Amino acid sequence: MSETTHRQPSLGAYLGVFAALMALTGLTVFAAFQHLGVWNTPVALAIAVTKALLVALIFMHLRYSPKLTLLVVASSIVWLAFLIVITVSDYLTRAWLPVYPR
Amino acid sequence: MADAAHAVAAGTPPELQHHFTDLEHQREASTLGMWVFLVTEVLFFGGMFTAYVVYRSTYRPAFEGASNLLDIRLGTINTAVLLLSSLTMALAVRAAAQGRKKLIVFFLSSTILLGAVFLGIKVVEYSQKFAHHEVPGPHFVVPEGLPRQAEMFFSLYFCMTGLHALHMIIGVGLLSWLIARARRGDFSVRYSTPVDLVGLYWHFVDIVWIFLFPLLYLLGRHTL
Amino acid sequence: MSTNAVSAPGARVARRVNYLNARHGVRSWLLTVDHKRIAILYLIGVTFFFVVGGLYASLIRLELLTPKGDVFLSETYNKLFTGHGVMMVFFFMIPGIPGVLGNFLIPLMVGARDVAFPKLNLLSWYLFAIGGLTALWAVVHGGLDTGWTFYTPYSTVYSNGWVVVTAVGVFISGFSSILTGLNFLVTIHTMRAPGMTWMRMPLFCWGMYATAIIQILGTPVIAITLLLVAAERLFHLGVFDPAQGGDPVLFQHLFWFYSHPAVYIMILPALSVISELVTAFARKPIFGYKFIAASSVAIAALSFLVWGHHMFVSGQSVYAGLVFSILSFMVAIPSAIKVFNWTATLYKSAVSYQTPLLYALGFIGLFTFGGLTGLMLAALGLDIHVHDTYFIVAHFHYIMVGGTIMAYLGGLHYWWPKISGKLYPEMWSRVSAWVIFIGFNLTFFPQFILGYLGMPRRYHAYPDEFQVLNVMSTAGASILGLGYLIPLVYFFWSMRYGKDAADNPWGATGLEWQTPSPPPTENFAETPVVTGRPYDYTTIPEEVRVG
Repeated sequence: MSETTHRQPSLGAYLGVFAALMALTGLTVFAAFQHLGVWNTPVALAIAVTKALLVALIFMHLRYSPKLTLLVVASSIVWLAFLIVITVSDYLTRAWLPVYPR
Repeated sequence: MADAAHAVAAGTPPELQHHFTDLEHQREASTLGMWVFLVTEVLFFGGMFTAYVVYRSTYRPAFEGASNLLDIRLGTINTAVLLLSSLTMALAVRAAAQGRKKLIVFFLSSTILLGAVFLGIKVVEYSQKFAHHEVPGPHFVVPEGLPRQAEMFFSLYFCMTGLHALHMIIGVGLLSWLIARARRGDFSVRYSTPVDLVGLYWHFVDIVWIFLFPLLYLLGRHTL
Repeated sequence: MSTNAVSAPGARVARRVNYLNARHGVRSWLLTVDHKRIAILYLIGVTFFFVVGGLYASLIRLELLTPKGDVFLSETYNKLFTGHGVMMVFFFMIPGIPGVLGNFLIPLMVGARDVAFPKLNLLSWYLFAIGGLTALWAVVHGGLDTGWTFYTPYSTVYSNGWVVVTAVGVFISGFSSILTGLNFLVTIHTMRAPGMTWMRMPLFCWGMYATAIIQILGTPVIAITLLLVAAERLFHLGVFDPAQGGDPVLFQHLFWFYSHPAVYIMILPALSVISELVTAFARKPIFGYKFIAASSVAIAALSFLVWGHHMFVSGQSVYAGLVFSILSFMVAIPSAIKVFNWTATLYKSAVSYQTPLLYALGFIGLFTFGGLTGLMLAALGLDIHVHDTYFIVAHFHYIMVGGTIMAYLGGLHYWWPKISGKLYPEMWSRVSAWVIFIGFNLTFFPQFILGYLGMPRRYHAYPDEFQVLNVMSTAGASILGLGYLIPLVYFFWSMRYGKDAADNPWGATGLEWQTPSPPPTENFAETPVVTGRPYDYTTIPEEVRVG
């Protein structure tokens, strides 16, 4: 009576994404040993985010999902950002007041 | 106006629950439900990621030093294993949409196998930690050359990977249930929603590891 | 379709099959997947935990009759206010309106047969019950003394109370809340009847939708936080213990990230009930439907950005405090919009002073009062003066008791004919509404003064000069308790002896009134199709018998 109404990735897409994920894993391990100064962490996170996006968009079919699903996923990221950023901003700004006991 | 619940005429699929109008409606609602559940999981793990961010910035040298005590080979192998399991899971979903029973069972079984390998390696890692007194609590011994806040790193390591492992175990249980249903012939071109939903769950657990791996295993390697 | 029959004295009307009598036996209730029966299960559960919380409150007020701590030891007193808080917050306020009214009404209001996931709904109730009983076990075996807020390191290292057991109870019940929110969100997105667009949906559903957003995004954070507290206590981890490098303020950030939005889980459903009551008893379309709908969602979003106002004196940075203060002022705006719109709806309308409206009017006054004191607390300087005093206690009780509980009672009265098929006795219902209003104000208004004068909260002894106000407060609490007892009695009475209710005894709009009272299990014989505006009172016939 009804089939899945959204497009699905091809077999080639699945295999390609897997290959990319493995390559990125190798890359992140390699990059971890390099002396990149302040860039070590951003690079690691950028690679992780890329891998996560590949899994979400292709393996989890997010690319072919209704807009509502995208909104739901985006809101979880935004809310997690609220939690982390605002909490961390407390710690970062404590030292701003010179007389504040630390 | 004929009503779906009273549609005695041939064609009411057995998988259709009475409060939905048709299978597509049911699939749409169930899929949205699973995505919303994954949102709660993002915030659930997110609390611990927050603690991680706060303590890592406060105790940076301790965290970098303690991280280097983790076995990077086992961590990398586990990452590869989990990524492969995501591939097999995606292929299981694809097979389910095509109604190919033997293939569904094959890929689901492969996913379970890979999940078991992951958990087995974690058992090895954890027992190494016990042996080296790196488990926080009364028996913790501060590793040589590290500040005592290394214990905080290990607290977060065990809590985060432990919760992740618990989710994997639950995932393995769900996959076993799916295999039983697949062998019964429950899934077809018309209906494969349970496989889709467990697939979403499994991929999410993989994504959590994608972040745990660099944050726990790789953060201090550049100091070596 | 809607008959206005009132049973003649002495005649027995043949009882239609409805969700209450469709199947019999305990199993048919404990294994039900009918959202209406699950609502009744919640009604029983939350009432039970309300009584437990209320008993704790009576003991607190008993101790506070005299300035000395002469009834209970201070350690025992700590357990009293903790038990009161835990029971009321987690097992009455948070599950209350969503579990009872949300479950009963949402499918009816959107024209669906049931919620999206009926079995998950039943699981939600079991999680609530198991969580509550787990916490009750802790109560019976000696209790918890940390305050409902579980602050560390006292809760993780030094307390001798049942921290882990209580935390587990709250954790389990938290999943009930998450699954209920998930169910309602998906139901509202996917199960609306044909023609029921978002802008035609009742405002109660908008409020429950906004509540669901908070339940989904917020509850997991307290879940993980309590898990960490339990892990720290059981395995001596040190995540929040300064002796091991941990930070108690981090606990507070994580705890309040949920617990502030949690208070909006408690008030948003109540606000949306009031919208329904006001429009029904003013008998005109509500003023500013879109603004009220949008304000519910705005409250849900903004509620997540203000949690630091619980932490102004915790050692949090002053700059973070500033930002939280400004945002706390802003979150009052959408709430105020609702109050303005209700006022505009009531203005120059043909108001019918039925009991539900009495509760709604009480709500509007008391919620405004509590909300204004909230604005006072958002001001950094003032909050530092009254933090941890009875001013805070009075503020949140005005919102939660003067607000939410009055809305809950108003909603219960309004929808009682639909839920039970019976009418409650009008005279007694008005008496109890007034007793509750008077008792409430006598209990909590003196506490504003006490707090401002400096009486700390969570203390069982106080300076002699505070005794008069405390005695007034305890007297008020006794009256309030009596006021709550009366509806308990007559709701039970009405199920046996009450007059049969018509399908639409109030002559109100809304799909729930287009079904029989009580509704059949499947809600609608045919899926309704919605064509008109919401709250279109111009087309309701003049003659309506209330009975």
